[in-house]
Amino acid sequence: MGMTMTQKILAAHAGLDRVEAGQLIEAGLDLVLGNDITSPVAIKEMEKMNVDGVFHKDKIALVPDHFVPNKDIKSAEHCKCVREFAKRNEITNYFEVGEMGIEHALLPEKGLTVAGDVVIGADSHTCTYGALGAFSTGVGSTDMAAGMATGKAWFKVPSAIRFHLTGKPAEWVSGKDVILHIIGMIGVDGALYKSMEFVGDGIQNLSMDDRFTIANMAIEAGGKNGIFPVDDLAVAYMKEHSTKEYKIYEADEDAVYDEEYTIDLSTLRPTIAFPHLPENTKTIDEITEDIVIDQVVIGSCTNGRLDDLRTAAKVLEGRHVAEGMRCIVIPATQAIYLQAMDEGLLKIFIEAGAIVSTPTCGPCLGGYMGILAEGERCVSTTNRNFVGRMGHVDSEIYLASPAVAAASAVAGKISCPCRL
Amino acid sequence: MQSAKGTVFKYGDNVDTDVIIPARYLNSSDPAELATHCMEDIDKEFIHKVNKGDIIVATKNFGCGSSREHAPIAIKAAGVSCVIAETFARIFYRNAINIGLPIIECPEAAQAIEAGDMVEVNFDTGVITDVTKGTAYKGQAFPEFMQKIIDAEGLVNYINRK
Repeated sequence: MGMTMTQKILAAHAGLDRVEAGQLIEAGLDLVLGNDITSPVAIKEMEKMNVDGVFHKDKIALVPDHFVPNKDIKSAEHCKCVREFAKRNEITNYFEVGEMGIEHALLPEKGLTVAGDVVIGADSHTCTYGALGAFSTGVGSTDMAAGMATGKAWFKVPSAIRFHLTGKPAEWVSGKDVILHIIGMIGVDGALYKSMEFVGDGIQNLSMDDRFTIANMAIEAGGKNGIFPVDDLAVAYMKEHSTKEYKIYEADEDAVYDEEYTIDLSTLRPTIAFPHLPENTKTIDEITEDIVIDQVVIGSCTNGRLDDLRTAAKVLEGRHVAEGMRCIVIPATQAIYLQAMDEGLLKIFIEAGAIVSTPTCGPCLGGYMGILAEGERCVSTTNRNFVGRMGHVDSEIYLASPAVAAASAVAGKISCPCRL
Repeated sequence: MQSAKGTVFKYGDNVDTDVIIPARYLNSSDPAELATHCMEDIDKEFIHKVNKGDIIVATKNFGCGSSREHAPIAIKAAGVSCVIAETFARIFYRNAINIGLPIIECPEAAQAIEAGDMVEVNFDTGVITDVTKGTAYKGQAFPEFMQKIIDAEGLVNYINRK
């Protein structure tokens, strides 16, 4: 019986010829990640361990991004704790405000994650790097502490679900629609404890930014990781951004999968997840009533990349957001911000009546920069629409692509560019 | 810890870590402070009613969403002695084991046990007894490796003893 792509990466990092689903292994880590919320807890736990310091100062990334720039005194104390730890341990990859970004957009951009890597991060959306053919998964702070101290983590080898992607998405259909469609199909625990392996000739029609979005939301189906094969586009991305050596792993032909699905991308429509679960999806055509909204957020580790901003700008150019609409655009990194400025995208947003923020996770998790009041509704390109996620427990979040979000900001209700 | 006994708080499917401990309180990492907001967005009464040793029972995918370890930390600091669920989201599962919060998967118990029942869990045997109803269920035993972490009361102690 052959191994899946994920199993092959894990076997190599555990020093084993082969592994099988369910096996408990200890794997070496190429990168350990933490942010301003999870790292302080990890630092406190690491201090209880009988270790001298971190296992490798170049293989830890600390990215204060959630409540940064510091939203209040307590957050400032957390960031200070992370900053001082980074200094004390001479951590190479600590990113201060001026060079930061939302962690899962920043790390691939900085070339810190490449194909064949094993990465753990104390943030659930660490699964994003599967877009580059890495095994990456979210863990908690204690796992992060153990990872920083020992360079190792324990894993239960996952089984996998294989998604065959074929065809080419229509205009205004993006990676976000693909992953929302999949979560709608298999549910928020449809891939619990499992890998989601994406294959098929449809992948060539997905940009790297589309793939990051898809891998990013594997966790919203309960998945341990999401992973793509490494093609020319992925190699070109890594060569542009990284000097790290990468290694390409391919699934064995006789690898066994728990389930298999085929998705023709050309049949997908703009898809929206209704409150209060990412699995409550409807296509734009299935929405018959007017769903009036108060706010739109375009950004996050899911959809704050350049493709996303370009799409939103294409919709907003020459238009204006609806009266009373609060439209918040958040480029995910400083580099994306700069590029968006060079391309004139920021001007388009501001002229359309949107605001542009410095990179932060802020509104996605109800931290700051766009909290919802009782009864308010938001269309957001983020990843979760749980009760109270962006503010009041009686507010509502509708998850969508940048195209749908921008069109909704203009229409004042859930819409898509084809309806404007 | 060999056993737990307490009154049950019952919840449904997909209890996410945002409702277990809302992000607006994540500017703190103090267990006692986090505990005062535990389950606030799903059950405002929880923190006023919970007593030391009480048990949370839920159905599918408990602890889904964010990786925040603050969620099991808040539950543990609120005095909860065990969480029983049909299934757990994987990061929550790891985190609970790593910080020494006893959890146990048992679909039958998760379905049948009701709020307010007195329940006893024996961690050595995996047997869950609903004292109120007079019924018993066999929960999923942990693999030996995880049991060692639990016995050490968390990953930090386990690594220190290794």
